[in-house]
Amino acid sequence: MQRLTRLLLGAATIALAAPLLAPAALAEDSPDPIVIPIHNWSSQIVMSNVVGQMFEGMGNSVEYVSTDSQAVYEAVRLGDATLELEVWEGAFGASFDAAVAKGGIHDAASHNAVTREDWWYPLWTKEACPGLPDWKALNDCAAKFATPETGDKGRFLGGPVDWLKHDQEKVDALGMNFVVVNAGSAAALWAEIAAAEKDKTPIVLFNWTPNFAEAVWPGEFVNFPEWVEGCDKDPAVGPIPDKTYDCGNPANGYLKIAAWDGMKDKWPAAYATLQKVSFTNAQIAEMAKLVDVDGMEPEDAATAWMEANEAVWKPWTE
Amino acid sequence: MMTATLPQAPFRLEQKRIAQAILLAALVLVLFRNALPAGLLRLPEGLILPFADWINAAFAFARDDLGLMALTRAVSDAVEFCLDVTANMLYGKSRWPNVGPIPWVVIAATAGMAGHALGGWRLATLAAGTFVWIAVMGQWKWAMETLSVIVVAAPLSVLLGLALGTLAWRYRLAERILNPILNIAQSLPHFAYMIPVVVFIGVGPKAGAIVTVIFSVPPMIRMTLLGLRSVPPEIIESGKMSGATRLQLMTRVRLPSARTEILIGVNQVIMQSLAMVVLASFIGMPGLGQKLLQLLQALKIGLSVEIGVTIVLLAIVLDRMSKAWAVKQPAHAEGPWLHRHRLLAIWLGLVALGFALAALHPYFAEVERKQALSLAGPVDAVVGRVIDLIDPVTDWLRWFLITWVLIPLRDAFLWLPTSAVLLALAGLGWRTGGLRSALVCLAFALPIALSGWWDRAMITAYTVFVAVALALMIGVPLGLVGAANETRARRFLLVCDTAQTFPSFIYLIPVIMLFGVNDVAVIAAVMVFATVPIVRYTIEGLRGVPPEIVESAQMSGASRGQLLWHVKLPLALPTLVVGANQSIMFALFMVIIAAFIGTQDLGQEMQRALSSADVGKGFVLGLAVAFMGLMADHLLLRWAQSRASPGGK
Repeated sequence: MQRLTRLLLGAATIALAAPLLAPAALAEDSPDPIVIPIHNWSSQIVMSNVVGQMFEGMGNSVEYVSTDSQAVYEAVRLGDATLELEVWEGAFGASFDAAVAKGGIHDAASHNAVTREDWWYPLWTKEACPGLPDWKALNDCAAKFATPETGDKGRFLGGPVDWLKHDQEKVDALGMNFVVVNAGSAAALWAEIAAAEKDKTPIVLFNWTPNFAEAVWPGEFVNFPEWVEGCDKDPAVGPIPDKTYDCGNPANGYLKIAAWDGMKDKWPAAYATLQKVSFTNAQIAEMAKLVDVDGMEPEDAATAWMEANEAVWKPWTE
Repeated sequence: MMTATLPQAPFRLEQKRIAQAILLAALVLVLFRNALPAGLLRLPEGLILPFADWINAAFAFARDDLGLMALTRAVSDAVEFCLDVTANMLYGKSRWPNVGPIPWVVIAATAGMAGHALGGWRLATLAAGTFVWIAVMGQWKWAMETLSVIVVAAPLSVLLGLALGTLAWRYRLAERILNPILNIAQSLPHFAYMIPVVVFIGVGPKAGAIVTVIFSVPPMIRMTLLGLRSVPPEIIESGKMSGATRLQLMTRVRLPSARTEILIGVNQVIMQSLAMVVLASFIGMPGLGQKLLQLLQALKIGLSVEIGVTIVLLAIVLDRMSKAWAVKQPAHAEGPWLHRHRLLAIWLGLVALGFALAALHPYFAEVERKQALSLAGPVDAVVGRVIDLIDPVTDWLRWFLITWVLIPLRDAFLWLPTSAVLLALAGLGWRTGGLRSALVCLAFALPIALSGWWDRAMITAYTVFVAVALALMIGVPLGLVGAANETRARRFLLVCDTAQTFPSFIYLIPVIMLFGVNDVAVIAAVMVFATVPIVRYTIEGLRGVPPEIVESAQMSGASRGQLLWHVKLPLALPTLVVGANQSIMFALFMVIIAAFIGTQDLGQEMQRALSSADVGKGFVLGLAVAFMGLMADHLLLRWAQSRASPGGK
């Protein structure tokens, strides 16, 4: 009975409202705030603010909450956060897939950007090891990367172990003269580059694009044997017949947008906009640069970016 | 022989023998390591117990079958309501009652007046000055986000602490249950209980508030219990004679008499809440901590130092204010209203003036980031210069330490058979406190072996061992220098306070830039933190030596060296041991945070458990760390006790 009443009421509302409103605003967005999670790297914060300001421009209220970048998928799944603007295939693909399997979260859109994560070096390293970016050349000058704790082998500085990057497997598979040392945080990686920059020490470490580091320290990825589907699981795939991980990481990982399943019904207009959102690598790097290099606050950087790029985002909100 | 007349001595002698026998057995195990069966080197796989799975199952049962989730969500909704109110007042989040944000001049004036009321002009200047600093440095919004959580979490923690403390005081059983829980809670690394909070509460300011409450409540419980215990029976009697009911006796007699202890508890709650600011931002607490982590992520050391200074200033202001409150006895004034409430009237006037100023010019309502002053440039330049200056030395130092000290030591720790370590610990326990201590040591060490995290625990132990040894080598001489005279001692203690409240994440970055991602950096970071309590307690210990004894030693012609070695240090030893104990605790906390540099110990696994929200694993790792701390605590305090008691030598 109650359901029937509600249905009738709903139908009546739509019937009344339909002629008055534009078709895009068939159903009203809820006045509750859309909760956008932010993490500890700048491009994500600025992008969240850009999209948040777009939503606010459409009359929604928006709130930002800072969360751990892995735990966020659980929060989105439960509706504690509404969406996630940067789902990196390499870094968060596993957490995202696990949350999707549990239900409550889905893939809402993809950015027109590719992500890549692999061994990387700042350009001054090339002076010490001219054959780069070829991985064999890198292996030949392994001694140049030696540190006290690695002996005569070179040191590869990996990301935190929980990023699960299989660097050790790669070293084993390709028989490289390197020892993998894992840093504990992204900040530790940057601190090492900054220290190496002072006296141009050669360094090879884990890095990814798009991020702010490429704006501060120009550099290149190491060219490993190209990623082929299955080279991480099937020993036969890839150049070395009896090894897995005898390949680089995919050079074109996805960058997706995830949303809470309930968003579509609660904020239909905002959801429709979200599905159109798509940033490119250059735009993402620009957002990071505004904060990390120009020293702006993320909110101001978002406003500045939106003023300069109205043609990009305006159409998404219509 | 003397032993005949002293009944304790034969027991002592026997205790020594047994301990020696056990230690010898451990030594034999070490010497014949290569001939030992594998089961004695490391516990066989079959004996490893899946503690993590059990804890996870218990949590799943509590969450799904007992419906604990509904309860925790209800609690967190209530907390969130309070947070929304303070968030609206302090930084204008659009929530009921929609009146905020309060202009910064008003808050600074209020802080100043509170400071004046509690501790005169100096405290007033410090309090108002801190808030002016926050405003003109453009950190107002972040600081208010932080404070909006603390002003909810700290009172909650105080109330909870009062309630639990009273319960423990009233019922012996409650005390027996609470005591071990408090012991463990105070030595559990923060990350361990942040994981269940994420599961049960979620992320965001409310999770930050709740984790802050959990972290800050133990000292409040202890101080409440202590305070209620120490109320003299005469006061209670007189209360009863005036016909007070039990409730009246509690609220009008006992609690007011325990005022000083309870207010020290409040002081501890505030300090612990501020210590949690940065860590709680890992699970969504907004404000200074979150900003700090963002800035460090982009290597902006200067800007993070500014935030660090703000946190230290806030801590000092709140510490001084709450201590002044604890010392201040309630006073009674008489006369007309205006006379009695002179300060209140002035405050009201200042608030009105503040609102008027804010209405006149927006600068007095909120200083925007663009208008903010900054020290970041000079700070960055200084840090850069310092790093450049000592870089040549550190290169050599790093090479030397890694090749000749750290790697051999670390390998040695890992090389030791588990059975030998367990035996040696039991022997040490027996030596300090007989069978009971031996069993206590085993009860702490054996679960670590059974949990399967032995190797990682040994690496943690090695890091803490080296860091505390270095801290002793640096801290004791520093403390001796600091204790030379009263003024210097006070200055040194202020530096200790600052170093202790300064967010440790900030110096992780310069340390990495100096030493790189390796054990030297980890140990350097841990050592900095572990030195603080040693300096503090050395100074306190030396200051506590009675001047009469020093004088009589001087009169019998002791040289300065003799005075120090034979009189002052032995007398200060018990305090020094407390310092060493604290230092181990601090090192254990810091070694977990040093996982952000890059380690292969328990901390690294803890970080992993946090990112995958694995409650069971987090707890097992946390307990392993806590047990190491509690074992060291037991051994050291026992030893200090036996030295202090006359029959101990």
